[in-house]
Amino acid sequence: MKNENNQILLDVQNLYASTQDTEILKGINLTVKRGEIHAVMGLNGSGKSTFAKVLAGHPDYTVTQGKIQFEQQDLLALPPEERAQAGVFLAFQYPIEIPGVANSQFLRLAYNTIQSKRGTDELDPLEFDDFVRGKMKLLEMNPDFLDRSVNEGFSGGEKKRNEILQMALLEPKLGVLDETDSGLDIDALKIVAKGVNHLSTEQNAMILITHYQRLLDHIVPDYVHVMEAGRIIKTGGKELALELEKHGYDWLHGDRQNNAGISA
Amino acid sequence: MNESKNIDYLTCLFKSLPAQSNGSLSQDTLPEDQKLWLKRLRAQAIDKAGQLKWPTVKDEEWRFTDISPLTRLPFKPAKAGHVPGLSETQPLFIEETVNRLVFIDGFFAPELSSIADENQLIIGNLDTLATRHAHTVSTHLGQYVQSQQNLFTALNTAFLHDGAVVVVPQNTVVDQPVHLLFIATQAETTHYPRSLIVGEANSQMTVVEDYVALQADNGAYITNSVAEFKLAANAQIQHIRLQRENVNAFHLANCAVSLDYASRYQAVNVAMGAKISRFNLDISFKEEAAECVIDGLALITDEQLADTHTCIDHLKPNCTSNQQHKCIADGKAHAVFNGKIIVRPNAQKTNSSQSSRNLLLSNEAQIDTKPQLEIFADDVKCAHGATVGQLDKEEVFYLKSRGLSELAARNLLTYAFGAEILNSIPVASLKHTLEQTVLNQTRSC
Ligand SMILES: Nc1ncnc2c1ncn2[C@@H]1O[C@H](COP(=O)(O)OP(=O)(O)OP(=O)(O)O)[C@@H](O)[C@H]1O
Ligand SMILES: [Mg+2]
Repeated sequence: MKNENNQILLDVQNLYASTQDTEILKGINLTVKRGEIHAVMGLNGSGKSTFAKVLAGHPDYTVTQGKIQFEQQDLLALPPEERAQAGVFLAFQYPIEIPGVANSQFLRLAYNTIQSKRGTDELDPLEFDDFVRGKMKLLEMNPDFLDRSVNEGFSGGEKKRNEILQMALLEPKLGVLDETDSGLDIDALKIVAKGVNHLSTEQNAMILITHYQRLLDHIVPDYVHVMEAGRIIKTGGKELALELEKHGYDWLHGDRQNNAGISA
Repeated sequence: MNESKNIDYLTCLFKSLPAQSNGSLSQDTLPEDQKLWLKRLRAQAIDKAGQLKWPTVKDEEWRFTDISPLTRLPFKPAKAGHVPGLSETQPLFIEETVNRLVFIDGFFAPELSSIADENQLIIGNLDTLATRHAHTVSTHLGQYVQSQQNLFTALNTAFLHDGAVVVVPQNTVVDQPVHLLFIATQAETTHYPRSLIVGEANSQMTVVEDYVALQADNGAYITNSVAEFKLAANAQIQHIRLQRENVNAFHLANCAVSLDYASRYQAVNVAMGAKISRFNLDISFKEEAAECVIDGLALITDEQLADTHTCIDHLKPNCTSNQQHKCIADGKAHAVFNGKIIVRPNAQKTNSSQSSRNLLLSNEAQIDTKPQLEIFADDVKCAHGATVGQLDKEEVFYLKSRGLSELAARNLLTYAFGAEILNSIPVASLKHTLEQTVLNQTRSC
């Protein structure tokens, strides 16, 4: 929930990023406070996933200008694993498959790595098994997924749920969910939304990248941003998503001049 | 390659032959002719070895593997020496095993061995069984391995003095794996381990053939090993072969497998040790409807070289072969895989698949893989594929985005790549030990 007095968690200023000499992000400004939920919408190819991956530190993208502060530290100076350890989590739009690595082994390794960085207790395989099964129950996931290779042969929706399971285990300060709703059936969407709402507290924040209002029916955002050509061109409250649903993105172009540059 | 140096090594070996022929096999009290067949076998091999040339990189079969360093090592055949104690050797034993034959530098060590099923099987050392079961042993020994053109099998037979023999009688199922443990302790010597494994009709067994050095860093030595497998009709053998010699060792090995009607041979070959290793696996489908499943893993680093040459010969119709080989090379290591599959003109309805997948962990490592299909029949299914790649960048990033360090991410992925082969090892404790070894090995790189 939005609360003006909450601390700033993430502060993105004038962010430019490119890959192979193509500029994709062209001046993103975004401020996220603890306790807030932000939705990011926008046409295909507008740079939403690129923004998410730049936050996570994907090596394909080079930041050419701008700053990202996370809890007052320079996020761009950290390699991906230290960003994760600091509490940034990206649920990928297209989670990859890792044949040969058992999901349970991977989840425990990730969990224990993060725990040890936080100075909290690691869990042995048996303790972890109990712990992860509890989280899976919350997301109504079949425990059989523990024995399979990471995402291998998982359906689109199962992969998305596995991402949320990881978020539930790692308890990040900032969760970036890139189209986690795409590919989920109606029941799964409700379950995942319930899980996300359950994880969302006054201490952490979420950025939901989505194309659809239906996710926002379940997870109500404090802010809705619209991206176009590598920038946030409009920011509003939850009603903005409803307007977009009704009128489409073209509708924005009429009064774009007036709104450009506004950020939360 | 320097001719005179070749002669040095071989002369040095041949000089030690007379001493060998007075060795253990002829020191028994039995009448001379009881082992006449064995002496003949050896005499033929000595002649053959004398005619064969030392292979060089100019030979197609040895193109990638330069064994000229061996010619500079005048390593005489090992003599029976100190037998290490149980405290040193016990960590190498396999939990599930009740039958274990231990050889120290090629010499049988009864005090470290354990034979539980003597009345069910023919099991023991060649020296003893060559007289006690002369007929059975002479029927099989030296009958499957190719020594006509192979200097090293010829030398192994020429220097044959002892070995492991396991014969499973018809309709007999051996529940626990049999462990053949060949331990190297003496530096600057050559060892000639030898194994003969026979599964008679309808029998079943699991064999672990294990080459290991007692100290990880003792000096150089040469292992020249030969193993022969014969599977009679409907026999089933699972064979796990582990090469974990020390990093200074040279390991030259030949394994020949002969498959009769509807027999099934399943093998997992793991090569991790030795400075230079060469493993030839020859499988012959002698009768119809037989099947083999061959998995192989070479995991090497630093300046190691591991060369695996396999030849699966489909001589008869309706046989199936499935092969999967993986190499993981780090540091400046060099891995070689050459997988030949021959389908003879009358071997119709052959079903054969081969996959060679390889992982390069460093820019200085090298992997050469060569599938070699020679198909002379028309109604066959043959699939094969070979890839050489690096760790997937997206996979590494995915793991790092969950907090794993670069090293941990790379190790986990490397481990996973190799674990696919280790997973097919049918002996639980051994599988676990090897998984730990691989984890530790990947951790250190
Ligand atoms: N690694 C890359 N190499 C080349 N082009 C890239 C790369 N990554 C992104 N792009 C390009 O950058 C643009 C933005 O892509 P991005 O994936 O961020 O879009 P998106 O807003 O997430 O779209 P969608 O809604 O379809 O998921 C696209 O035109 C895309 O083709
Ligand atoms: Mg996207």
